[in-house]
Amino acid sequence: MITVDIRSKHFAGTPVLGPLTFRVAPGETLAIVGPSGIGKSTLLRIVAGVDAAFDGNVERPAATAFVFQEPTLLPWRSVLQNLLLLHPQLNPEAARTMLARVGLEGKDSLFPGQLSLGQQRRLSLARAFCGAPELLIMDEPFVSLDTETAETMLKLTEGLIAEHHPATLFVTHDMREADRLADRVLTLRSHPAGAIVAGISSVADQAG
Amino acid sequence: MTGARLTPVFSMIGLLALWVVAALLTDDTQILPTPWQLGPPFQQEVASGELLTHLGATIIRVIWAFTLAMTLGTALGLIMGRSAAVNAWLDPWLVVFLNLPALVLIVLCYLWIGLTEAAAITAVTLNKIPNVAVVIREGARALDPDLDAMSKVYRMSWLARMRHVVFPQLAPFIAAAARSGVAVIWKIVLVVEFLGRSSGVGFQIHLYFQLFDVAMVLVYAFSFICVMLLFEWLFLQPFERRARRWRTA
Repeated sequence: MITVDIRSKHFAGTPVLGPLTFRVAPGETLAIVGPSGIGKSTLLRIVAGVDAAFDGNVERPAATAFVFQEPTLLPWRSVLQNLLLLHPQLNPEAARTMLARVGLEGKDSLFPGQLSLGQQRRLSLARAFCGAPELLIMDEPFVSLDTETAETMLKLTEGLIAEHHPATLFVTHDMREADRLADRVLTLRSHPAGAIVAGISSVADQAG
Repeated sequence: MTGARLTPVFSMIGLLALWVVAALLTDDTQILPTPWQLGPPFQQEVASGELLTHLGATIIRVIWAFTLAMTLGTALGLIMGRSAAVNAWLDPWLVVFLNLPALVLIVLCYLWIGLTEAAAITAVTLNKIPNVAVVIREGARALDPDLDAMSKVYRMSWLARMRHVVFPQLAPFIAAAARSGVAVIWKIVLVVEFLGRSSGVGFQIHLYFQLFDVAMVLVYAFSFICVMLLFEWLFLQPFERRARRWRTA
């Protein structure tokens, strides 16, 4: 169980996040929506443990993976090395299988700069799932891709989540994405003390 | 294209021609010998083994000082670039050492440590560390915060983070510091040898300065310039090419 209990988060005295509590059950997918600039990315960074300068408490598993808005790859290391260096316990065979899974078969020895943006995003997705994460965090993973590429990414993500069942937390602007991937949707709204939870709603299971 | 590639060659020929003209106009081997008049003294120094002995002594000092200055300067620059608090404390020191004349540091090291090899290498190293630190500090300030966050989320070890995330980003800064570093270091090593060592290119130049032998001074100076050119071509440029490979792929 992932428990997030933030009392407050300030940037240079300006409150960004107010009192904010929610939980994500194992295998559950929670989408976070809200107006831009409200602090969604800040919230994700706190949950991931990247930003420790806040007042409150977050419980999360050690095996956490993050899909950033930008691919955030190591441009000076090969595609394969980008998986192996981040997951030292991973063997090259498993890494190649994962590359094939995201449609990057045979691209092991290329540098990330030689891939298209869509391919870089898929590599970043492969990197996240290689570590068998118990918690997956995604920050607008489908933004600034053309409709077709975004659809491919979305399908791929759906499939990988279904295979690996991590608890997933992701930020999106697009309600259709939220409806498709998420079990529940958390909406943030602004408040003088920083952003707070406006409500959490369940998404009707479309498959069932 | 061919013209552009040949420009450095023509430029060097121009410099050589200037030298020849100046030497012929001076018409005094004692003051400025022509390039071909350096041949016999060069052969004499190689045959007697003097040239290699002293060149070797200087190279060893340069290697020591270069390695120490690069290692300590990189560590210092990295820490100062990453931590504003450390930088606030150490920055005034850096300014003091940057502006301390090389000669003062050399004389003080000889006075405090004695006329030893350790004092010589310490003096050169202390002269160079601040320059390296300043360059690397700029690089450390420009490190990508997103990659930082990424390496944190994926729990990379300190060593892996340094090797695969930090140093590839610092590589252009390290190459710049190394290039300017090695040029400055060998010049300071010569001064150190001139003032207080009994071997090395600087010592020989001191000797032939007292004998007013311009030809020998030039022989030693050019020999070392050739060594530095080899270092540039065999070590620095291949390192840079390797570090840049991912950009051009």
